[in-house]
Amino acid sequence: MENNIALTMRGICMTFPGVKALDHVDFTLRKGEIHALMGENGAGKSTLIKCLTGINDFEAGEIRVAGVEGPVKNHSTLDAQKVGISTVYQEVNLCPNLSVAENLYIGREPMTKLHTIDRAAMFKKAAELTERLDIKVDVTQNLENYSLAVQQMIAIARAVDMDCKVLILDEPTSSLDDTEVEKLFQMMRSLRDSGVGIVFVTHFLEQVYAVCDRITVLRNGTLVGEYPVAELPRVKLVAAMMGKDFDDLAAIKPEGNVSCEGSPMEIEANELGHKGTIKPFDLKIHKGEVIGLTGLLGSGRSELARTIYGADKATSGKLKVSDKDVKINQPLDAMNLGMGMLPDDRKAEGIIGDLSVRENIILALQAKRGMFHQLSREKQNEIADRYIDLVQIKTASRETPIKQLSGGNQQKAILARWLATDPDFLILDEPTRGIDIGTKTEIQKLIVQLAAEGKSVMFISSEIEEMLRTCNRMVVLRDGAKVGELDGELTQERVMAAIAGGSDTNAATAQAGGVTHG
Amino acid sequence: MKTEQKTAKTLGAKKMNSNTLLLIITIVLFVVMYAAGCVVYASKGFTHVQTFLNILNNNAGLVCVACGMTCVMLTGGIDISVGSLIAMDCMLLAWGTGKGYSAIVMCALVIIIGLVFGFVQGFCVGYLNIQPFIVTMAGMFFARGMTAVISTDQLSITQDTSALFYGWANAKIQLPAFLGYVNGKGKVQIPYIRVSVVVALAVLILIFLVLRYTKFGRSLYAVGGSEQSAAMMGLDVKKAKLKAYVLSSFLCSIGGICYCLNTMSGSVSQATGLEMDAIASCVIGGTLLTGGVGNVFGSFFGVLINGTISSLVKTNGKLASSWPNILTAVLLCFFIVLQSVFARIKEKNK
Amino acid sequence: MDKLKKLSKQQLFLPIMCVLLVLAVNIVYDVSQGSPFYNFFRITIENGVLSGRLISIINRGSEVAILAIGMTLVVSASGGTDISVGSVMSLCASFCCMLIAGFGVSSVSSADEFACPLIVGLLGALLMGCVCGAFNGALVAYLNIQPMVATLILWSAARAIGLLLCNNLIVYIRVPEYGIFGGYIGFMPTPIIIAAVCVLIVSIVLKKTAMGMYVQAVGINKKAARIAGLNSKRIIFMCYFLCGVCAAIAGIVNSSRITSADSNNIGLNMELDAILAVALGGNSLGGGRFNLAGSIIGAYTIQAITTTMYNLGVSSAVSPVFKAVVVIVIVAIQSQPLQNWIRKHRAHAADKEAAKA
Repeated sequence: MENNIALTMRGICMTFPGVKALDHVDFTLRKGEIHALMGENGAGKSTLIKCLTGINDFEAGEIRVAGVEGPVKNHSTLDAQKVGISTVYQEVNLCPNLSVAENLYIGREPMTKLHTIDRAAMFKKAAELTERLDIKVDVTQNLENYSLAVQQMIAIARAVDMDCKVLILDEPTSSLDDTEVEKLFQMMRSLRDSGVGIVFVTHFLEQVYAVCDRITVLRNGTLVGEYPVAELPRVKLVAAMMGKDFDDLAAIKPEGNVSCEGSPMEIEANELGHKGTIKPFDLKIHKGEVIGLTGLLGSGRSELARTIYGADKATSGKLKVSDKDVKINQPLDAMNLGMGMLPDDRKAEGIIGDLSVRENIILALQAKRGMFHQLSREKQNEIADRYIDLVQIKTASRETPIKQLSGGNQQKAILARWLATDPDFLILDEPTRGIDIGTKTEIQKLIVQLAAEGKSVMFISSEIEEMLRTCNRMVVLRDGAKVGELDGELTQERVMAAIAGGSDTNAATAQAGGVTHG
Repeated sequence: MKTEQKTAKTLGAKKMNSNTLLLIITIVLFVVMYAAGCVVYASKGFTHVQTFLNILNNNAGLVCVACGMTCVMLTGGIDISVGSLIAMDCMLLAWGTGKGYSAIVMCALVIIIGLVFGFVQGFCVGYLNIQPFIVTMAGMFFARGMTAVISTDQLSITQDTSALFYGWANAKIQLPAFLGYVNGKGKVQIPYIRVSVVVALAVLILIFLVLRYTKFGRSLYAVGGSEQSAAMMGLDVKKAKLKAYVLSSFLCSIGGICYCLNTMSGSVSQATGLEMDAIASCVIGGTLLTGGVGNVFGSFFGVLINGTISSLVKTNGKLASSWPNILTAVLLCFFIVLQSVFARIKEKNK
Repeated sequence: MDKLKKLSKQQLFLPIMCVLLVLAVNIVYDVSQGSPFYNFFRITIENGVLSGRLISIINRGSEVAILAIGMTLVVSASGGTDISVGSVMSLCASFCCMLIAGFGVSSVSSADEFACPLIVGLLGALLMGCVCGAFNGALVAYLNIQPMVATLILWSAARAIGLLLCNNLIVYIRVPEYGIFGGYIGFMPTPIIIAAVCVLIVSIVLKKTAMGMYVQAVGINKKAARIAGLNSKRIIFMCYFLCGVCAAIAGIVNSSRITSADSNNIGLNMELDAILAVALGGNSLGGGRFNLAGSIIGAYTIQAITTTMYNLGVSSAVSPVFKAVVVIVIVAIQSQPLQNWIRKHRAHAADKEAAKA
């Protein structure tokens, strides 16, 4: 291995039941470099990291680490630590109830001759370490007394003190504010300068351009490319992540693209926001309109939808439904106003695993009616059968526990749940994820049909063509805030340019027809 | 800006950790209670030093149990088998000495049984991932039933059955006479503590040192603080939990011996509700039920508070014997709710 | 082998197997004692009332069955257990008897001596059950305190408060109007009727309303239930509330059986029986899908075990040992690590077989 290389991964393959998660992926990390690892949902970023840190057992390929003879195969995080690979996760994996010094040294505390912990020595070493890394803390204080940013830096300090050659930072900035992010970057730069190789997994475009030297992009489990940051303009990066070659785009004629300016207002949000996830935004949605939310993963799309629906209770702003002021404290309030939401994480917030398909489908409808007005069994069967047929759910029977269905069919069942409530405003967050091509089209047709019936739909998808085909308008989000809207003729170029933002894309944006900022 | 302000504040004045705050509340509560008792019941002799010492004498066993309970609660678990285990130990000791076995042998047997008992419970919790509550509840009923298996009658230890044990039980370690008082008959009552108190205090100091200065002790705090993080940092979470329950039952056995030195008998209904007293002592003493925070000295003061309540009720003489139970439960409820509120505030400030 | 596997996956497999096991033990014992093998099932009419071992079991198991109803809901919705039920039984019984006899009175032998009408006493007991249930429910659902800890408070306090209400005495209500709830209506033991009515009412409610589905949904996936419009907190609160009411009813029955309020002994250790009944019924103690029929069968099975052991000459003080072991074995088998280990072991064995072939 060459002298300036810290880590190489060659031809890594990883399969999960039914899905090829990584297909011959290569990754190279040089010493003294900050290397961004990027990709949309399902691209394979976290899978690759897990192969590196020993959580996953990859099937093929080879990993080599500087200073270690032969290929490396880690079976646990401890193995990885021993060869010099340390990870700091988004949820800081330290113990908040212990002091800073203990968090730095637990498991490897300095001992006295009596085989007890030498607390004085531990505090001294901790103070020296934090001093060296320019983290201003009192090492005797409990970790929980410090902000998340400081906690993350302590986590990094622990990794660094254990002689790591490769430091993996997995989405470290998601919960930090701008000043805290800058402090983190300072620390990263000084580590880089001392020769540590840093893998920076993130989806924040601005930060990648602020602190990284190289970028590796993954898509659908394959390597798209490795680029020096200086040579990759933002729009090309977005194109690489979303799989479209910028020069080769053709405007796709949307199927149901009609302006809805004239029709009555269904939803009007005024400075609506939720602290910590989405900055206050204004949004108007008309009856019979399909509005798309677009932006990279983590830009706040789901969060915006959740704030309107009440899944995350809004902490600021006002909401009007059908021109009436409303207050939504919980999802049931939204449902009673005619809303419905298909969440993006069906496992955590969608399916009720042990209940049958029938029960899952009629659940929301039942919740609207209240506990004492139970739908009769015949009615439940009829509704369940109707929707199993409508969205083509493949199930042995309507009584099968929903957890036994495939992911795609589970998704369809939850979609059926909301269709059964006959909502006036339906939010669909990644409804086509994990669904076969035939049904994807069915769902898009369904969306257009709902709009034609006078209903409003909010459509969130990572596949831009789907949204182009069905949406009247697109709302653009970036880094947790709404940054603009697109209407009129919607094309791939306009959307990607809007998502990318930044100075080097202004020319492209102007060319493509402009972005309305709001 | 936020970060700078926070670190400056914490560097300047030594900000109090939440653990210390809870400990201070407990100590203050004890002092207030005891002082109130001294004021109200001065005429009934509450101000004598012996009253305080009797709290220690009567609760030496509970102190040992509370130390063990603290260790288990630090990991986020609970052990409700302690009362029944003590009953089983007392019954064993009474039965064994009655049959002629040496007190030392019986004590050793009791300790070994405690270790095995704790091992089984710890294995179920640590390695089989069964809820601690269910495991120790089963343990509780198992031990209580085994007590009845040994004997359904009440057995006593007398000077005849075991002179050694009797000797230990009645031994008085006398304190300087000036701390005493002159009773109604004009005789000077020299204050004393029992052997069991010395054992209990030794256990207290030992567990304090273990929790503060050994890797095992710190691992308990880590596991309770965040199991996932502890595992990620390379600690053996399963083993730590197992050891915690072994330690708890071991200390419970020692506590059982102390308890037996006090009651000099074994019966099926002995020590019922002692687990509640132990848990209450720990919670009042600042140990969080969710784990990760706790201090044996806090638990010790919790025992003292518990004992003071009993003492106050007894001194009053007019209140029913079920009042200490109720008052302890009320205090426990108050502290549980307080902990929950503190946790909520912490979440909001994040 | 496959058929057995399929059978074992049925919801009611565990409780029915246990019942059959207990029956088998009884039959074997009877035969060994020289009695006919159907001795266990013999129902006779003595003194104008039904009697026989089977009747005795169903009669004495009524309290556990009633408790099991509430416990099933609590376990299903919150994944935790309510260990205060035994103590709440005692408190409700004490409150009822205190109301009827008057505070401080230790014995009442005729209806004229009632300080309050019988109905007031009964309603008082039910009210106390509601209060206790609400207390537990508030702590668990709204303050997010772990169920085991929240119910620990009443486990210790309720009995003590009951003792206090009865002025530390056992209050005797030696009146037939009171004893009827634990006695006989015609030839039928009343507790059986009361238990049957409770089970019937709850079953109808579960069938006719969406409560069953709500409780299970909240227990399986609280987050998804919320997005779908359910109020998880309210549902959990309701389950603990109902459990308190069940404890009150069981307390009245138990107290009526002995026509007194023995605060120290009513409901003693019954919480273990109730939890065991739910576990034996095939329900997971971690929450989620539940089967009320299983819990009820489990409740009577527990009683059958107790009665069987008594008949076999085992002291009643020792039965907790046996029950404790059974609980641990069932929960251990259901535990995830053991399941994983068995699966790995089976896969390993299968690989070996395949390699041999």
